[in-house]
Amino acid sequence: MRKTPDIPSASMADIAFMLLIFFLVATTMDVDSGLERVLPQMPPEVQEDTPPIKERNVFSVLLDQYDRLMVEGEIMRVEDLRDKAKEFMTNPRSLETLPETKLTEIPLIGNVEVTKGVISLRNDHGTQYGMYIAVQNELVAAINELRDDLCTQKFGKNYANCTSEQREAIRAAIPSRISEAEPKTVGGKK
Amino acid sequence: MSKFRKSNAKETPAVSTASLPDIVFMLLFFFMVTTTMREVTMKVRTTLPTATELTKLEKKSLVSYIYVGPPQKQYVKFFGTEPRIQLNDVFAKVSDIPDFILAERAARDEAEIPYMITSLKVDEYTKMQIVGEIKLELRKAAALRINYSSRMPKEKK
Repeated sequence: MRKTPDIPSASMADIAFMLLIFFLVATTMDVDSGLERVLPQMPPEVQEDTPPIKERNVFSVLLDQYDRLMVEGEIMRVEDLRDKAKEFMTNPRSLETLPETKLTEIPLIGNVEVTKGVISLRNDHGTQYGMYIAVQNELVAAINELRDDLCTQKFGKNYANCTSEQREAIRAAIPSRISEAEPKTVGGKK
Repeated sequence: MSKFRKSNAKETPAVSTASLPDIVFMLLFFFMVTTTMREVTMKVRTTLPTATELTKLEKKSLVSYIYVGPPQKQYVKFFGTEPRIQLNDVFAKVSDIPDFILAERAARDEAEIPYMITSLKVDEYTKMQIVGEIKLELRKAAALRINYSSRMPKEKK
């Protein structure tokens, strides 16, 4: 009886490496990610008077201790916040109640109406962190979407794919002004 | 036809073990890559909130972590169920944060200090008061770049 030849094992290593590479690509590593924000500097002891910001330029977002959201004096759901914030930042119909815009010349883009709007976020001591993050996320998302839109319009690609000069121009055209007021405790226990 | 029958009758050859090292190495590499080393033992539970507009923390060496959440079961007896702050391996008070930031700065090159980020890993059911206090301390310590650690939602609505 003739002996069967051994299965060639030379290609086994290749198969092993192929599997290795497959797993390397397919596994999602637990990369830490989150919402990046920059805190304001501590105010100096003696405060100089800053010119007051006009009422129409402020987008007030309030969060109370029961996680209810009030935007510009109206109760609102978190889902609607993004569109509201986008409307505020662009003021598409040049309404009197929405913020003023200033025609500014920006390199690479040209003349753009830059909003003077400021988003003011105030939370209560009793607000839940998850809710606070959800609101922050919507506000950041609103600005990111506007930047993406402008980027597609001007450069024909996403904000993420732009060069750093282009990004700088876009950032100048759509500033991200989210200010956080000192939180308040509104009644009840802390 | 008879040819096939003949080959069926033959003894099966032993499976070659020459590739065993490869397989073992493959597994080794796989686990090496996927395991993330935990530098601290978690004493608080942090279920991170979900968010979609995430930025990745690029340079791990420049990140210092502050954990906030209710203590793990075995610590409940001593520390209660209210959210607590954990810095490195120990429970801490809000007033310990400036010292922690200074220690983190001292451990790094001077040139890297402006790029340092503080990552806040806070449980989503924590009340904002404690977070507000931490933020105030960070502002006092001039550690202004922060990252609210959160995770991607599992599926889009």
